[in-house]
Amino acid sequence: MSDLTATAGSDRGFFGEAKYPGIFGWIFSTDHKRIGLLYFWCIVTFFCVGVLLGLLIRLELFAPGETIMGPQTYNATFTLHGVIMIFLFIIPGIPAAFGNLIMPIQIGARDVAFPKLNLFSWYLYVSGALMAVISLFAGGGPPDTGWTFYVPFSAQTSTNVSLAAIAVFLLGFSSILTGLNFVTTIHRLRTTGMTWMRIPLFTWSLYATAWIQILATPVIGITVALLFAERVLGAGLFDPTQGGDPIMFQHLFWIYSHPAVYIMVLPGMGVVSDIIPVFSRKPAFGYKAIVVSSIAIAFAGSLVWAHHMYTSGMSDLAVLIFSFLTFTVAIPSAIKVFNWLATMYEGSILLDPPLLFALSFILLFTIGGLTGLVLGAAATDIHVHDTYFVVGHFHFVMFGGTGMAFFAAMHYWLPKIYGRMYDKTVATVSWGVIFIGFCILYISMMVVGIEGMPRRYYDYVPEFTGLNQLATVGSWILAIGLILMFVNIFRGIFNGDPAGANPWGGASLEWEVPSPPPTENFGEDDPVVTHGPYDFKNAGIL
Amino acid sequence: MSGHIHKDYTGAKFGMWLFLFTEVLLFGGLFILYSVYLARYPKEFISAGKELNVWFGGGNTLVLLTSSLFVAVSITALRRGAKRLCLGLLGATIACAAIFMLNKFFEWSAKIHHGIYPGSEHLKEMKHGEIVFFNLYYLTTGLHGIHVVIGALVLTWAMFLIKRDRVNANDWVILENAGLYWHLVDLIWIFIFPLYYLILH
Repeated sequence: MSDLTATAGSDRGFFGEAKYPGIFGWIFSTDHKRIGLLYFWCIVTFFCVGVLLGLLIRLELFAPGETIMGPQTYNATFTLHGVIMIFLFIIPGIPAAFGNLIMPIQIGARDVAFPKLNLFSWYLYVSGALMAVISLFAGGGPPDTGWTFYVPFSAQTSTNVSLAAIAVFLLGFSSILTGLNFVTTIHRLRTTGMTWMRIPLFTWSLYATAWIQILATPVIGITVALLFAERVLGAGLFDPTQGGDPIMFQHLFWIYSHPAVYIMVLPGMGVVSDIIPVFSRKPAFGYKAIVVSSIAIAFAGSLVWAHHMYTSGMSDLAVLIFSFLTFTVAIPSAIKVFNWLATMYEGSILLDPPLLFALSFILLFTIGGLTGLVLGAAATDIHVHDTYFVVGHFHFVMFGGTGMAFFAAMHYWLPKIYGRMYDKTVATVSWGVIFIGFCILYISMMVVGIEGMPRRYYDYVPEFTGLNQLATVGSWILAIGLILMFVNIFRGIFNGDPAGANPWGGASLEWEVPSPPPTENFGEDDPVVTHGPYDFKNAGIL
Repeated sequence: MSGHIHKDYTGAKFGMWLFLFTEVLLFGGLFILYSVYLARYPKEFISAGKELNVWFGGGNTLVLLTSSLFVAVSITALRRGAKRLCLGLLGATIACAAIFMLNKFFEWSAKIHHGIYPGSEHLKEMKHGEIVFFNLYYLTTGLHGIHVVIGALVLTWAMFLIKRDRVNANDWVILENAGLYWHLVDLIWIFIFPLYYLILH
């Protein structure tokens, strides 16, 4: 392979250096960039499916009563929307796709520590995704439990929950192996001069995320395995008729699934932390504070799981403790937000599409985070628990946060990977349409939730019609914006003008290799790092 | 990837240790359930625990501990170039794994013969705490059994590589990682044995 790297004069970079012909050059490749793109295209595909299901949910809720589907179909639709969006899009989204594409280059490595394991993770992801798809069509019908698979219903329903449990297990395994690979890579493969305090913040966020993936994901593995055992073997560890306790399922589920929220959002914060300094032409303000806050979020986020269970029947003392711990997570999150704003202060701001998406991340994530405090406080939570306020809140955090960061990453790094630039004007317009659609859709949800509309029903009382119709119209605007964005960016990366090695003026290592990068990135000449990732002066950008 | 780069042994072992953490946490879920249910049903756990045969459990503990010794010595043997000794010791380890599983098979068969297995009518008539105990017992030892089988397969694969000299006195990290995995299987049993067979007597 090193021979090929030596002849990397071709402008197609790693695209022109397949080990095997045709599709085998992709599905048998251990190159981190090829695996990253495999993830990327799978993830984008599942995102589109998830969006489609979301649009169907909104269409059903356009009017009270049965509009386009009955209750059973509705239950299956929102379950699938949740499972696909969470397990196939948001969790692997930024780490598996952009982490694989960019992280090894950012630390000056030729690849990840275990390239074959990396490919194996992708196969696990695809098998898990396949299982999830099969669960839609096989025997018992699509799962109808919601993505949380709460017992006792999930243990009793005749739908394909067992298959979905296997799917979650496989996806979890894939996530663990990616995390393990990334932690080892960041520890062992940093190039000369890439000290811990010179690691770009995106890679730092992946590092914190990878630890959560390693430490939390096994718990969901055993939880769904026990659910599987209860359904298949009748070993009812959560079944009260056999002495089990369904609340224990909720505890185990959230011991993973709350830290998983940070698996979803930390990489997004990393993307934003990388983008803001570049488009402000200023070094990141409070680099160390952002690093420490990533670790602090990973740590504190592991201690707050039971705030999903205030109404499940815990002792008041437990509610109080978990409520307090939940508030502490707001501190490192706020540290990040203030540091981003301080970075932009008095910077020379370039309003390019990546920054626009990053800015909408900051605004929407902040709203999502603050509404999270409403839910974290036990008293208000009991009022709005299981209402559309919760749905609005987590869409602000997940879509407004991680989703926007994913789009920001696409606009920031895809020109690097494909070597071609999209149309920036269309990208800006699509950002505007997405932003407007997003706000109409999810703010309506929050308001209707405060008014008392419960989540997970296909029907509602006529008083809620107006806001629901507004939300549905918002979903259409959002969809139009998404189509515009994807068409523009994909036309751009395949037919756009050459982007050049450093289209945005970044100072981290990925901008020093050609676009697209050659197979082993730096080849035989491992780079020597002499300055920080946002030191634009010494990088010769300013 | 490139020829001139030596394998990163520290990295390979680091990755393996991380993987072992995840295994500990996987079993951790079951141990959490054990502790919660033990606190809830202390008497039933004791009465159910008495039904387990401490000789089966104790015997298997000895077998696993011995097998761990074999693995540890086999790594040293390979590093000193004693390839045949290493293969012999690994064979002994795998034999121990087989004895363990056979023992487990007889133990489970006896229990199942008495109508005690997850979902059985007899089990459902027992006290709640006892049902939980046996469900936990089957799931925990079952998951551990799966790990014994996987560990034995990994060691077989390592033996194959040693035979082909692809793992040798100068390049032995695969055997060491396989050995680490086997020690984990051992370690988890060290916790399972007292929790289910001993602590309640």
